[in-house]
Amino acid sequence: MDFTQTHFALFGLPATYALDREHLDRAYREMQNTVHPDRFAAQSDAEQRVAMQWATRANEAYRTLKHPVDRGVYLLQLQGIDALDAHNTQMAPAFLMQQMEWREAIDDARGAKRVDALDALMDELRITHRQIESQLIDLLDAKQDFEGAREAVRQLRFMDKLIAEVGDVYEELEG
Amino acid sequence: MGYTAQRAQSQDPHNTLISVKRFMGRGLKDIDDVASMPYHFVDAPGMVQIKTIAGVKSPVEVSAEILKVLRARAESALGGELVGAVITVPAYFDDAQRQATKDAAQLAGINVLRLLNEPTAAAIAYGLDNTSEGVFAVYDLGGGTFDISILKLSKGVFEVLATNGDSALGGDDFDQRVFCWMVEKGRFQPLSASDMRLLLTKARDAKEALTEHLDVRVTVVLSTGEMMDATLTQAEFNAMASSLLSKTLAPTRKALRDAGLTVGDIKGVVMVGGSTRMPCVRQAVAEFFKQAPLTNLDPDKVVALGAAMQADVLAGNRAGDDWLLLDVIPLSLGLETMGGLTEKVIPRNTTIPTARAQEFTTFKDGQTAMSVHVLQGERELAVDCRSLARFELRGIPPMVAGAARIRVTFQVDADGLLSVSAREQSTGVETSVQVKPSYGLADDDITRMLKDAFTHARDDMVARALNEQIVDANGLIAATRAAMQEDSALLAADEAAAIDASMAALEKLVTQTDHLAIKRGIEALNAVTTDFAQRRMDQNVRRAMAGQKLETFG
Repeated sequence: MDFTQTHFALFGLPATYALDREHLDRAYREMQNTVHPDRFAAQSDAEQRVAMQWATRANEAYRTLKHPVDRGVYLLQLQGIDALDAHNTQMAPAFLMQQMEWREAIDDARGAKRVDALDALMDELRITHRQIESQLIDLLDAKQDFEGAREAVRQLRFMDKLIAEVGDVYEELEG
Repeated sequence: MGYTAQRAQSQDPHNTLISVKRFMGRGLKDIDDVASMPYHFVDAPGMVQIKTIAGVKSPVEVSAEILKVLRARAESALGGELVGAVITVPAYFDDAQRQATKDAAQLAGINVLRLLNEPTAAAIAYGLDNTSEGVFAVYDLGGGTFDISILKLSKGVFEVLATNGDSALGGDDFDQRVFCWMVEKGRFQPLSASDMRLLLTKARDAKEALTEHLDVRVTVVLSTGEMMDATLTQAEFNAMASSLLSKTLAPTRKALRDAGLTVGDIKGVVMVGGSTRMPCVRQAVAEFFKQAPLTNLDPDKVVALGAAMQADVLAGNRAGDDWLLLDVIPLSLGLETMGGLTEKVIPRNTTIPTARAQEFTTFKDGQTAMSVHVLQGERELAVDCRSLARFELRGIPPMVAGAARIRVTFQVDADGLLSVSAREQSTGVETSVQVKPSYGLADDDITRMLKDAFTHARDDMVARALNEQIVDANGLIAATRAAMQEDSALLAADEAAAIDASMAALEKLVTQTDHLAIKRGIEALNAVTTDFAQRRMDQNVRRAMAGQKLETFG
């Protein structure tokens, strides 16, 4: 196994934020069909160990590329940039304001036990999520603006957290 | 075992163990309804034990007894020794419960090809019958456990997207509701253990009768002479059951949300487990998913059917490219950090096998040891999660606080079992655990039980062990020879010679009777072929991926 190979190269994909999801899914399935431990359950321990290492590697690469935040963090990491550096957490004030408004909206919906309000909020969060993903295609693939991309990745992570919080409130309201 | 035990349950409730699966990998404090059970529990570190007339038994030992009977039945039905078995577990079983299950199999002398999640097994049985594509839900309500799994079926790949459940919710709880109704109707005084079991049996009969009938007459005479005689209608029963049904729908919603899907995305709902025969369960599921669930396979047999099909593939009896399962871990794995908080290392619903590492540092100047507490669960506080293991990394060189870099690596294998290792990066000081000894059984316990079980049949055990090793060795030699013929180009002359020598040594050992020597010979041959296995896999992957590119760009 070549550990210097990138996750993109592993699946025969270009190292871009824009993702051919169908190609990724197909290549992942093909790879797991080849390396999964279930293919080697009747083989020697040596082959079973190798299979586990490969299947682990394929799962990790697939997970990273599939996930919008992780794919961004990974592309920046390939540029030597730590997107989640705890010492650099600057964020545009307008985005932070928006965050606070959304948090209040979550609290309001929880207080009023309004599932329909949560639905509307979730739609809004998902739209913004997709917008930031589009920005990242532009920043990383076209402009190669890594500083800009770093902030966008962090924003996307905020969005994920908010979406998870809305999920928690759904759980609370639905019992 | 089986019907004999079922008949004995009300005469001898203390010594007739029912639904022991509920106690696997569980401490006394994890069991909710201890008071309503007739057993004499013994609180042991890690896993509860039960005092019986045959001595104190751990749930693992009881399971092993059941597995032994099943093994004997399988061997007589198939007419030969069992090479291995696929053992199914509820998808929502945590690491402790899975490990306990694997220990029980080991104790019963069964080679576990794979621990397979029950809903996934059911999906194989259904999916292959119907050659379906799309996203399916498997709703599995058994005697003591509830699972919900969301799977995507695509071109022969069964990919589990999310799983959830309740490992202490099942048909037994419905019996309990009817039991309470009977106690109320009969105005019964505190019950003896055998009367309690009698009522539970009657409760179960009544519940089952209501699957076919709109009402059932329930008549009971206790050993005290007290009695009750009343009619239970399906409507009354449904009312008692409704809170239990809600308890299954909450995990269902969570699983859908984790999969990022809504009810409208689900193409079909598969019903598994005897409890899904209850009309109220079918109705609740149909209402939730807005479609009638699939019930054309026997809900008690569908898991076994799927498991058998998977065993056929794993044993190498089929070409192997019929289908592939990609399963997940049901609960997040993590570590305790400062202030008793949980830090997740591998989130729930991560596809297995998987590995993830996290770096930690020392918090005191000159600190030379660090304790690692491995947890499973979703809660923020460590005390609210299941404790899987504690171990200590010692020999860290004294440094200022925050300078040491300790990398903790979690590896989860294809059975969903975890092993953890910790390493100080600058010095390479390392320690690792098979997450196992802090609950349930340590390896020593297993060895002791194996010995106990075989004291009367020591020669038998040796003969069996020898036989197993010879079968393994011959299999390994045949596979190695085939691999060398196929890929001789991947080996340098001296490497091939080393493998040949190791193989010849093992062939000689097989003709003798020292099973431990054969075991060492197998290990040696495995070690000397590791690089070769690695290169063969590299080559397979290159070939598979080359095909991919042609398909994509061609």
